Amino acid sequence: MFETADQIFVLLKHWLVGLLPMALQPVAGVVLSVAAIVCFFPALFALTTVFERKGLGRIQNRIGPNRTGPFGILQPVADGIKSLTKEDIVPLSADGAVHFLAPVVLVVAVFMGFAVLPMGRNMVLADMDAGLLFYFAIGASTELSVFMAGWSSRNKYSLMGAMRAVAQMISYEVALLLSSVAVVMISGSLSLTKIVEAQNHYSYGLPHWYIFTPWGLAGFVMYAIATTAETNRSPFDLPEGESELVAGYHTEYSGFKFALFFLGEYLAMFSISGLGTTLFLGGWTAPFSFLTWVPSWFWFFSKLMMSIFVFIWLRGTLPRLRQDQLMNFAWKFVLPMCLLNLLVAGLWRFMGDGWLRWVICSAILVAAYVGLGWEEMRRMHIGARSYRYAE
Amino acid sequence: MSFAFYLIAALTVAGALAAVLLKNTVHCALALTVAFAGLAFLFLQLDAQFVGFAQILVYIGAVAILVVFAILLTRGSETPKDGGIFSRTWLVGLAVAAAVFAMLGWAVLQSVAGLPRATPEPTVTVGDIGVALMGRYVLPLEIVALLLTAALIGAVIVAMHEKEGSK
Repeated sequence: MFETADQIFVLLKHWLVGLLPMALQPVAGVVLSVAAIVCFFPALFALTTVFERKGLGRIQNRIGPNRTGPFGILQPVADGIKSLTKEDIVPLSADGAVHFLAPVVLVVAVFMGFAVLPMGRNMVLADMDAGLLFYFAIGASTELSVFMAGWSSRNKYSLMGAMRAVAQMISYEVALLLSSVAVVMISGSLSLTKIVEAQNHYSYGLPHWYIFTPWGLAGFVMYAIATTAETNRSPFDLPEGESELVAGYHTEYSGFKFALFFLGEYLAMFSISGLGTTLFLGGWTAPFSFLTWVPSWFWFFSKLMMSIFVFIWLRGTLPRLRQDQLMNFAWKFVLPMCLLNLLVAGLWRFMGDGWLRWVICSAILVAAYVGLGWEEMRRMHIGARSYRYAE
Repeated sequence: MSFAFYLIAALTVAGALAAVLLKNTVHCALALTVAFAGLAFLFLQLDAQFVGFAQILVYIGAVAILVVFAILLTRGSETPKDGGIFSRTWLVGLAVAAAVFAMLGWAVLQSVAGLPRATPEPTVTVGDIGVALMGRYVLPLEIVALLLTAALIGAVIVAMHEKEGSK
């Protein structure tokens, strides 16, 4: 019974594929899996937009969308119809071909990232030996599409937004890779299914997720910062700063092409949250050993939606950074801390089991963070607030 | 030689030709990216996953962006007015290209004759590559790391110097 619930999507796929003639079956299996991903995640995107607007409304003491359908739940349908029926405006001086290709390249690249994510037990489209590397390789090509969008629009705001976005994405990609390398060092594999399997153990009813180790916690914090920047989410949403750049690289996009950019951004958020879940939060494994009867895909998507909630929460809470602060933060804080984390992960790997490695690894990380915090606070000279004009 | 190979080869050659023949420099850079992607697909078709993904990560993710930035920051994106995409010394260029191609072709043909005919296909996993890099080839790896660190420090010093001069 539990087995059936756990494998329901896999069984469903096998049943559907079994209806077809033998020669078509391998192709049909792949097409079916791809179709499932291509249908499911945009649906999740539609739901997330309404949750986001509701959540932000709550945080900012407003009501949020409440006119279309009960509790505004039909808002994404209205938005979809609106973007489909709007005129698709291409600026006269824009570079037609590149302008058209940019959103397509973005969405295709983002969709490909889902191929290697294990969304449940046996639920992975392509179980590659180098799955993590595939994910980062595909992720790197989204930068080019952002540049294509900004450059082809022939608009200085678009170009500035694109340049900002590319600079930011390259800077934080280094941090993203380095924080993930620690996981690869410990689990000894680039395959995402093997990384999940390595975390699928329990002692005293508690799971062996990597976030519950000193290096894993520090790595996860760095990973979360890097993903927020990588997906251009607030507080790192400078490339799209409405108040300074109109809307950054997609200023000159309208109608469904704009919707594609919007979709791409949210899909990137889902896939990168899924990767974080897989690397640090145990993927599809249950949080307690007595809860292992709950289907594995339920845990994966719960963790994914929790990450999305944190993204929304951060957006409602934090103000936007300045460009120089953004770059300094990436290169002078996140990068050194990721390198330190690699050192700690190496120590953890070679010190063997026992309590000693917990003490030493925690001590190094705590000393580094607290020491850095003290030093920075001492330099800041924070005193009583003084007003230049108000008094 | 399968159908997939011809498809990928056609894509790569078309990208490379477009990179040479298009007028707008940014278009050339984007066409070059297509050629890079084609090369990555060729590696993947040969079951060399690691090299293929590394090709995408390094060439599309970094080199293409670098090329594009260089074009935009040096005002090279302006299309030259005086028509014609061929440089005046095209004859010399043709000779050099033909010489390089002849040399590569010769080397490839020589190597085929030197190899034993039917070797079993080696199965190389990413793990094997990692072990080889950390074991047998650790010295070259470290030398490359040192070189890159030196380049990084050099870049920082160049940037810092410029900032001080402007004060």
